[in-house]
Amino acid sequence: MRLAILGAGDVGRSVADLAGEYGHEVVALADSTNAVIDDDGIDVEGALQRKRSGEPVGVDDPDDVFEGEYDVLVEATPTTLGDAEPGFTHVERALEADRHVVLANKGPVAERYDELRALEDESAGSIRFEATVGGAIPVLSTIEDETPQAVTAVRGVLNGTANFILTRMAAEGLDYDHVLAEAQDLGVAEADPTFDVDGTDAALKFVILANVLSDGGFALEDADVEGIQNIPGSALNLAAEDGRTIRLIGEATREGVRVAPRLVPQNGPLAVTGTRNIVQIETRHAGSLHSSGRGAGGPETATAVLSDVSRLADR
Amino acid sequence: MGDEPTPPGDLGTETDGGVRTYTVRLELVDEPGELLAALEPIAENGGNLMSIHHERGNITPRGHIPVEVDLGCPPDRFDDIVAALRENGINVIQAGAERYGEEISVVLVGHLIETDLSDTLLAIENETSAAVLDLSLSAPQGTGDTSSARVRLAIDSGRSEAVFETIRSVSEEKDLTVVEPLLGGDA
Repeated sequence: MRLAILGAGDVGRSVADLAGEYGHEVVALADSTNAVIDDDGIDVEGALQRKRSGEPVGVDDPDDVFEGEYDVLVEATPTTLGDAEPGFTHVERALEADRHVVLANKGPVAERYDELRALEDESAGSIRFEATVGGAIPVLSTIEDETPQAVTAVRGVLNGTANFILTRMAAEGLDYDHVLAEAQDLGVAEADPTFDVDGTDAALKFVILANVLSDGGFALEDADVEGIQNIPGSALNLAAEDGRTIRLIGEATREGVRVAPRLVPQNGPLAVTGTRNIVQIETRHAGSLHSSGRGAGGPETATAVLSDVSRLADR
Repeated sequence: MGDEPTPPGDLGTETDGGVRTYTVRLELVDEPGELLAALEPIAENGGNLMSIHHERGNITPRGHIPVEVDLGCPPDRFDDIVAALRENGINVIQAGAERYGEEISVVLVGHLIETDLSDTLLAIENETSAAVLDLSLSAPQGTGDTSSARVRLAIDSGRSEAVFETIRSVSEEKDLTVVEPLLGGDA
C-alpha cells in the first residue's frame, strides 16, 4: 500500500521508518508546515534525517498531500479535544476521495465517532484506529475478532505515566509531587502532565472503546473522570496492608465510561507496574481476556498503525 | 454486627455425601415469629439445620438482631436456600462467605479527622446496609493535614453499588476522595 503520513512526531516518523519492513511504500510525509511528496516513493531516510537536524522535512505544501497517489492516509497529528481539528478534516478529505484512513490520533475517534462513521459509509475507503488505544497492544482487533456484541466490558490501565507514578509511590512510599518530578526527569512524564494525571488521556481511549462497543454515541463529556493527583502515599500504604494497590483504571461498557483510581489486588492482572499497559476484555462466551504491553512510544504505536494498514491490504 | 468483627466466613467443609456445611448470617427484626420465618425456607429447600446462634444481646447498627445459622446441604441447593430466605423478606448479611456477603475495602483520602471520621463511618453504616468491620488510619503529616483511611465493610450481596453511592455522597459533602475497589470481571 502507498502511505501518506500526516504528522512527523514519534509515531509518524516511526511509521515512515518501519513501512518498508511491512511491505508498504511511503509517498508523502508532512508535519504542520512542510511536506515531502513523491508518487514514486519518498526518500524516507533523507526526510527523517532532515527532521532530526531541525530542517524542514521537505519543500512541498502539506495541503498537496491530498492530491497525491496514496492508498492510505495515516493520521498521526497531535490529539486535540473538542472539535478534534485538524485531524477530523484530514480524515474527511481522504474519505471523500475514497481513500482509506488509519488513525493514531485519538481526537476524531473519541470526539466525533458518529460523524466519522457517517463519512465512511459514503466512501469507498475505510477507517481503522488500532493505534489510538493501548499502542502496541491489539485491543480493538481483539474486540473485532470476538465481535463487539459479545464483549460486555473493557477495563484496564491505559496510561503509562499515571501508572508509573502510582507504581513508584507504592514501591518507595513517596508522595505524588516527588514521584512526578522524578518521572519528568526520566522523560516518562511530560513537562505538562495534566492530561495523563487527571485521567483525560485514559478517558479518551475508553471513550473510543465505548464507541466501538455501542457503535457510537460517546464523547469525552460523557465520561466520568477522576485523576490521581489527590492520592497520597499513605493511601497506597493502607491499600498494601490489605494486599491491594491503587491503579488508574478505566472501564468502558455500553452504559458508559469511567476512569478513576481504584483498589485492585496487588498480585492481580490489572496491577501492572511502570509504564506498562493492560486491558481486560470481558466477553460473553469466552470469559476474560487480558493483553498487556507497551501502550505508548513511536515504534510500538507504529506497529499498530502498520497492522491496520496490512488488514486494509488484505481486504 | 457493627461492634463485633465477623471472622471471614468459611467456605464450607466438604463431607462424604457431597453435602457441605455453610454459615449464613442473617439480620432479624425483633418480632415474634421472625426466627421461624427465617428457618422454614432452609428446611423446605433441603437444608439440614446444624446450629443456630441467636445473638439476642447484640443489636446491629440498624437495631436488628444478628443470627448465625450453620446448615448442611448439597452445593447446588445453597443458592435456592439463600434465594428463598430473601423471598421471605429475611436480610441475608453473609452467606457462605465470598459469594453473598461481600467484604469490600475502600480507601478515603482527605481531611478525615477535621471532618469527623466517626461521623463519616456512622453515616455510611446508617444510610446503607453496610457494617464497618475494621478501620486503618494513616496520617503521616499529623491529624490536621490530609490523611488516608482504609475501611473494610461487610455488605449484603448485590448491594455494593448502593453502598458506593452513599459513600460517594457522604464523601462529597466532606470533600473526601474515595478510592473504590474494582469489582466485576476477575480483577
